[in-house]
Formats: sequence, C-alpha cells, structure tokens
Amino acid sequence: MNSTNNTVMKSAAETQQQVRNSLARRYRAERRFRFYGFAAVSAGIAFVVFLFGTIFAQGLSVFQQSYVKLEIFYDPQAIDPAGNRDPDDLVVADYQALVRAALREEFPQVEGRPNLRELYGLMSSAASMELQRAVTSNPDLIGQRQTLWLLADDTVDMVLKGNVSRTAPEDERRLSDQQIGWLSALEQRGDLDLRFNRSFFSNGDSRDPEQAGVRGALIGSLLTLLITLLLSFPIGVGAAVYLEEFAPRNRLTDIIEVNINNLAAVPSIVFGLLGLAVFIGFFGLPRSAPLVGGFVLTLLTLPTIIIASRAALKAVPPSIREAALGMGASRLQMVGHHVLPLALPGMLTGAIIGMARALGESAPLLMIGMVAFIVEVPQGIVDPATALPVQVFLWSDLPERGFVERTSGAIIVLLLFLLVMNATAVWLRNKFEKRW
Amino acid sequence: MSDSVASVDSLKSKAPAKTIGDITVPSPVFSCRDVDVFYGDKHAIKKVNIDIARQQVLAMIGPSGCGKSTFLRCLNRMNDTIVGARVEGQITLDGQDIHDKRQDVVQLRARVGMVFQKPNPFPKSIYENVAYGPRIHGLAANRGELDDIVNQSLRRAGLWEEVKDRLNQPGTSLSGGQQQRLCIARTIAVNPEVILMDEPCSALDPIATARIEDLIDELRESYAICIVTHSMQQAARVSQRTAYFHLGDLVEVGETNKIFTNPQAKLTEDYITGRFG
Repeated sequence: MNSTNNTVMKSAAETQQQVRNSLARRYRAERRFRFYGFAAVSAGIAFVVFLFGTIFAQGLSVFQQSYVKLEIFYDPQAIDPAGNRDPDDLVVADYQALVRAALREEFPQVEGRPNLRELYGLMSSAASMELQRAVTSNPDLIGQRQTLWLLADDTVDMVLKGNVSRTAPEDERRLSDQQIGWLSALEQRGDLDLRFNRSFFSNGDSRDPEQAGVRGALIGSLLTLLITLLLSFPIGVGAAVYLEEFAPRNRLTDIIEVNINNLAAVPSIVFGLLGLAVFIGFFGLPRSAPLVGGFVLTLLTLPTIIIASRAALKAVPPSIREAALGMGASRLQMVGHHVLPLALPGMLTGAIIGMARALGESAPLLMIGMVAFIVEVPQGIVDPATALPVQVFLWSDLPERGFVERTSGAIIVLLLFLLVMNATAVWLRNKFEKRW
Repeated sequence: MSDSVASVDSLKSKAPAKTIGDITVPSPVFSCRDVDVFYGDKHAIKKVNIDIARQQVLAMIGPSGCGKSTFLRCLNRMNDTIVGARVEGQITLDGQDIHDKRQDVVQLRARVGMVFQKPNPFPKSIYENVAYGPRIHGLAANRGELDDIVNQSLRRAGLWEEVKDRLNQPGTSLSGGQQQRLCIARTIAVNPEVILMDEPCSALDPIATARIEDLIDELRESYAICIVTHSMQQAARVSQRTAYFHLGDLVEVGETNKIFTNPQAKLTEDYITGRFG
C-alpha cells in the first residue's frame, strides 16, 4: 500500500514542473488555433476582394457606352413623303435613312456600296429607333436639323473601351481597318465619346449588346420579391406564432415541425417544378409572370422565415409572458402586445435571410418560364418578365464580347439590390430592437 | 437530522395528512376545498383545504418543492399555461368556482393580481407598464383618467417620488427593488381583490426588501395578500396568518405568531427551528 502511494504521489516541485509542461502545450495549441483562424479569415477576405475586384473591373465599364455625335436632318422626303403627318405612317417610316444620310455627310468621301455598308455598320440600330421615338412624340421636328449623340454599335464600343485592340490583325477583330480609320477620325473631331450608358438602365433585354439593359430584369426581380415578401412574411410569422403560442403539443404538430425543417432543405428546383405543376399547370396562371415567380419563391422562403420566427419567439423570456397573462391579458393580447414586438427583430433577420435567398434564386424561376428572352420591361405582375440572376445566367451564355461586361454589370446591380434590401432590413431591425 | 429525514420518507408513502389548525376564516375571499394539482404523473398538491381572509396577509412557507408556489398559481389559474398541469377540487372566489365555465380566466386575473419572483416589467416605459392593465381592461375613459390611475398606483406602490420625472423612461432602467414596486403598481392599477406574491423579495437586497415589506403592510388595508416566501423572518414580519406546506401537503395553518412560537406539528417545528429546509 505504501509503495504504491509513493509511486503515485509526487513532490510539489514535480507537480509544478508537470503543470508548467502542460501549460506550454496548451499555449501552443491556442497559438496554433489562432493562426488557423487568422489564416482562414485572411483567405476569405482575399477571395472576396478578388471576386469583387474582377466583377467591378469587368463590369464598371458597362456604365459608359460609346455614342456618336451626328447632325440629323429630319428629311420630310424620307420619313413623311405624303406630308400629312399621319402617326401610323410616321411609326413605320425609314429612320435608318436619316442616320445613313448623316453618316454620309460626316464622311462625304466614302463611296461604293460595300464601303457605305461598312460605314453604316458603325451605328447601332437603336439610333434609328431613337429618332423614331423623337419624331412620333413631336412631329414638328420634321424638316428641322438637330445635333444628337446616338448609340454606336457594340463593335465600336469594344474598340473604344480597349477591349479589342486597334492594332490587332484585321481578321482577329470585327471592325475593318477602314472602319478603325473612321473611328479615329470621329474621335479627333470629338464626335465619338464614352457617355453615361442610359440604355443599360432603361432597356429590357436585347440581342444587340449595346441595346441590352437590366431594367426588365430589375423590375421583374422587384415585382417577384415584392410578392414574395407580401406573402411569405405574414404567412410565415402567422404560422410561427400559431405553432409556438397556440397549437397544442401533440403528434400532429411534431410532424408539422419536422416537415417544415425538411422543407427548408429541399433543393430549390423542386419548388420550381411544384410551381410549374400547381400554379401554371393546375391553376392556369400565366407563364414567365412575376406573380407565379413570387408564389414559388414564397414556398421557398416560408420554411426559413417560420424557423427563424419560431426561434425568435422562443427567445422571448417567459417572465414577459407571465407578466402579461398575470395582468389579465388574453393570449392574443399577450402575443400581440409583448411577445411579437420583442420577437420582431429576430423575425426580420429570418426574413432578410429568406429574401436574400429568394433574390439569388434562378433555378425555380427557370422552371416557370422566367428565363425567356423578354425585350419589354414588365408593367405588372402578370406580364412576362425575367429576374436579375436569370438575366446574368442568360447573358453569360452569349458569344458577343459586349455581353461580358453586361454580365458583370448585371451582377453589380444584383449586389447593389441585395445591399439596399439588407440595409433596409438592418435599419428596421435596429429600430424595433429593445432590451429587457 | 436522521430523524427528520425519516419523517420525510414516511410522509411520501402516506395518504394526505390532515391539516392541523383552523383552515376556515369568517367571510373568506378564497375558499379552497380538496385541491389537487398534478404535473403529468407528479402529484404536486394533495387535497389542500384552506380559506383566505380579506385584508390580511397569508404567508406560505415550506421547503423548496413543497408546492407553495404551485398552490399560489392555482388561485389565478396560471397553472393553465403549463402543459400537463391538472387542477382538481374546488376553489371559490367570493363564493364562485373559478374553474366554472362561466368564470372567464381573463376576468379572474383582473381580480387576482400577481407579482412574480423576478421583477418582470414590460420592456416599455414606466407609464406604459402601469397603464397597460387599465388599458386592456378598458378602465379609463380618457387620457386624463388613465394619468390619474397611473399616478395613484405609483403613489400607493411608493414609487411616485422616485419616477415622477421620468415616466417615459423604460421600466427596465429602474433598480431591482424599484422594478418590483413598479410590478406591484402595475398590479394594483387594475384594482384587484387579491394580490398573489411569489417570493417577491428573493432577488432584492435587504433595503429594497424592507421597502416592499412596508408596502405589503400598507396594501393589506385594501387587499387580501398571499405571499410565498423562503424567509421565515419575512413571513413573521409581514403576515397575520401562516400556512406551512410540506411535499404537497398543507401541514399546518394558523395565526403567524402562534405558528412561530408554538407550532403544533412536528414537521412545522422542525422547519421553523431550522432542522431541515
């Protein structure tokens, strides 16, 4: 007995030495862990900087676009030969001829059909569309002269932005040497310049990069998210309040709870298929409509909002509930006056997460047809529309060089949208946040 | 020590013990007969019979887990909110059964106010805390009346002088003792008949405790008060009648000075003299 005690028991000095040894080991482990954490955070920041750097480097140029200054003569011979200012005739008149005439005036020395065709190729077809809009809204312009900055073709734009080199061999670029010469001449006269790209923010989609804009997708996303928010927040909060505060605890509510948690993990494309089958197939709602998109994204965000809202309700101290009940408040008054205001910040956090996810979703929207090529900007919730992430996906697939910067530009718009949305929600949350 | 443990064990197996002392009072506000409370399978309160007198403080004492808080919560049916809790027997308030279908639980709680162990003011302004009860019960016809009720309630709770200049500050900004007095003010703002207090001073320092005890003594003039306490000195100081609970049984009821000077039951004596609890 004594001998075993002697081997187990150590002197104080020995014990202290062992503690010191273990201390060093513990501190080493802590330093190692801190280093790992620091490395992970640094790597994360580096990736984010790289990601945003590339997106902005490629996308910022989209906010400027090449415009050519031309002196347009609204020739009555060309657009209103009958001279009766009939609006129907004015709509279908040949405005291309006005642009061409102005180009010929700019370069009088160019002759021959092939050369002229190259010259006309400098301008976007949007230029004549703009003249048409101007004349149909104000027929008095006919017979007058006007100096306008008109949209250049995307090939010109790419050269001007330096995305395509002027000195590259002719067969490696889409502009001929002759066209490059005209560009330089226009630039020297100050008639060709990069100006703020208003068509990017005012147009819907287009096959021509210089005419393609995000407005259609932006409005589509806005309408879709509006419907999602209006449906999912009240329904989600209502469901959470009922399940947490009113529903009896039994097998049925257990099953519901498990299934809500499962739904939160269901791949989003499945919700798209469900929406296609139920809303479009069964109820016959229109395809490609923000209304249906909103319904589908509501299904997608509901579980997130319900789970977050229930957690927020659970976090409200029971003492507040007891105080309210003890004062003679009914259950609904207890929830409405005391529990809900305290849980609202947490619920808003859930809504932010849900809406941010909904904003970034493209897969379920593909299923319900919000992936179509839609030129018109949607005017309402049943008009065909697309959404920002789907627009990014569509443009990223197109071969023209001009769509590369538009893809990045659309991503920037999407990120800004997200930023504004989250900032609003954070502001709301701080406004409602109370301490107890 | 071993003696008392043996008696605790023997009690567990026995049928409910007969309460020693006079459980009745003339013209009681509450009258409880054969009250049983079950939490699931657990028999928390066993056949308790007791009357609660008007304009008097009844102290409920006993070791932890003896069921005194559970019994208190029967009186305003706060046990309804606990899943699996079941109350049997008859509890009458002014002769009317509080479990009767005609008895509205919201109205019951307006008549029987409650102050909790931990001060739990609403995260609203001091004014709103006191005005909440009158507001939901529609006691004030206009803002002026509401102001009067708030003013009166805060005065009666002895808090007016301390908070009159900051009625719009959150109730949670007050000290613990002030918060508890705010909760009392909130309770008396709806003018209840009975005030239940569940260890109202256990989270407070001695000075705040003394203020609350003085307040309880004043409020006794107008209300019947039931107070659960772990402090026997407090029970002796504030109450006129004392009930001793033990493992779900109401062991002894009597006038406070008699209970503390000359307890009839062995269990009561052991507890009061500090042999267990």
